[in-house]
Amino acid sequence: MDESSTRVGTIAAMPVDIDIAKVARLARLALSDEELEMYGAQLGDILEHAERVQALPTEGVAPTSHPLPMVNAFREDVARESLEPASFLSEAPDVKDGQFRVPRILG
Amino acid sequence: MGDLADLTILDAGDGLRAGDFSSADLLEAVTRRAAVTEAHLHAYLTLDHEGAAQAAEAADASFAKGEDRGLLQGIPIALKDNMCTRGIETTASSRILDGWKPPYDATVVTRLREAGAVITGKTNLDEFAMGSSTENSAYGPTRNPWNTDKVPGGSSGGSAVTTAVGSAFGSLGSDTGGSVRQPAALTGVVGMKPTYGIVSRYGLIAFASSLDQIGPFSRSVADSVAMLDVISGFDPRDATSINAPVPNFGGSLDRGVAGLKIGVVTEFMGEGIDPHVITATRAMADRLAGAGAEVVEATLPSVEYALSAYYLIAPAECSSNLARFDGIRFGHRTQVEGTTEEMMAHTRAEGFGPEVIRRILLGTYALSAGYYDAFYGQAQKVRTLVRNDFTAAYGHVDVLISPTTPTTAFSVGEKAADPIAMYYSDLCTIPSNLAGDPAISVPIGLDDAGLPVGFQVMAPSLGEEVMYQVAAEVERLAGFTERALLATSTVVAP
Repeated sequence: MDESSTRVGTIAAMPVDIDIAKVARLARLALSDEELEMYGAQLGDILEHAERVQALPTEGVAPTSHPLPMVNAFREDVARESLEPASFLSEAPDVKDGQFRVPRILG
Repeated sequence: MGDLADLTILDAGDGLRAGDFSSADLLEAVTRRAAVTEAHLHAYLTLDHEGAAQAAEAADASFAKGEDRGLLQGIPIALKDNMCTRGIETTASSRILDGWKPPYDATVVTRLREAGAVITGKTNLDEFAMGSSTENSAYGPTRNPWNTDKVPGGSSGGSAVTTAVGSAFGSLGSDTGGSVRQPAALTGVVGMKPTYGIVSRYGLIAFASSLDQIGPFSRSVADSVAMLDVISGFDPRDATSINAPVPNFGGSLDRGVAGLKIGVVTEFMGEGIDPHVITATRAMADRLAGAGAEVVEATLPSVEYALSAYYLIAPAECSSNLARFDGIRFGHRTQVEGTTEEMMAHTRAEGFGPEVIRRILLGTYALSAGYYDAFYGQAQKVRTLVRNDFTAAYGHVDVLISPTTPTTAFSVGEKAADPIAMYYSDLCTIPSNLAGDPAISVPIGLDDAGLPVGFQVMAPSLGEEVMYQVAAEVERLAGFTERALLATSTVVAP
């Protein structure tokens, strides 16, 4: 049995249909049509490979989001020194009156 | 005595304390070495000559006053350029952070400074630590000192190379799927990923937060312990920092391996691994048995799915973490006119390189409505299965061993056009990141092409002491003292 028939036989339920333009929009990436086509094809290949995880039976298996059994991390509620605004405003692309400035919000 | 730049950290420390030479001398030695090697290798992005000179002067003043803050005092150390250094450019090798000077130090940087270490500069990496060859840098690739046609591995390739050639005595990298251990293996140095949560991630530019750990590169196992001793420990600024005393990392370095039970990971000794690498690994396993360890086969049945799970989990976390690069608070902003949202989208497309864009798209897709359960959710369950495999294995062995990488260093450009082939170079290292466990790569020899082979020792969570115990025996048995040609032959004595 060759590799492609294995894949069809075990994990046919997961067609990789990617609306790459929508994904790029969600990710706030202004990509050209050529770039969308290239990344779309590459993503298809990678996801086909990633589909292997579908093949593993995981019924009743709890997901792991994190290696430590931690829930919350608290610290003492005491005031401490914070950064001088000038130290980070000087690194911003556009600043006015001690605040970050952005272009217009509405189109 | 040879060049000072070739000493281990511990030997350099002995010389400093004996008054044989000064921290300024050590800094001069690594600076002179860098002046020769950088033109061939491009390991550094930034050399902080002024800050390093001041730190060396301060360390020498401390020694003169009899103040001793420990083994790193006066020692020149390099940092991967994804760790924030106050007032010193920190780019993560990305155009989007070109010229950015952080307003604060990462916790590991603070700890190094407090210990009297001399920070030489910032090293090259795959952009945002995404890659396995240090080819994905916006500032050009780093080369392997053993053969400049080969990659040094990645993503911490620059840091690995500084330690390999003596343009630093040791260095820090970050390891998300093998980014310390894999380049350590490919450049012939020791590289270690600690237990998740024992080294603070505060000030480390985040890639995949549930996997990232900072770890040391060094030229000996004992040096690795000395560095981890300084950078580890609870940090309230990192919410995932373990609030407990760290283990006695070096407590068993001289104990040998008699009485230990060591498992060879079956899945990493066959298909997909270069036969020469398998032979070298097997030979070292036999020598460990000869040294008194009980060496058995151990199986991790789910690891064949670990790579696929990793390449869903890591991109998912990266797509979330890299949302902060929006052209508003720091870094690059596009010249394209438009609304704020259009500004963000053009800024990001201009500022990120192809591998970063690929992973952001992949992660965004894997987290999007309708696909979350099938991809990200399923990958998290596979992560549980991988962890369970490790737990079961550690029920009957003390440590696990394997090759660090499937092959020795590959050629520049060889895998650049094939993302999946590149991803496979992290096959043996990714499982420890998914589990959150410590692991180390120790050089054990050279292959027929004269390229270093790395040997991996993995241990359970917080099992650094036994991991280092075995690593030290591997180091003794291997007797690996070879140095990259570029570290020696081209350096003319003054």
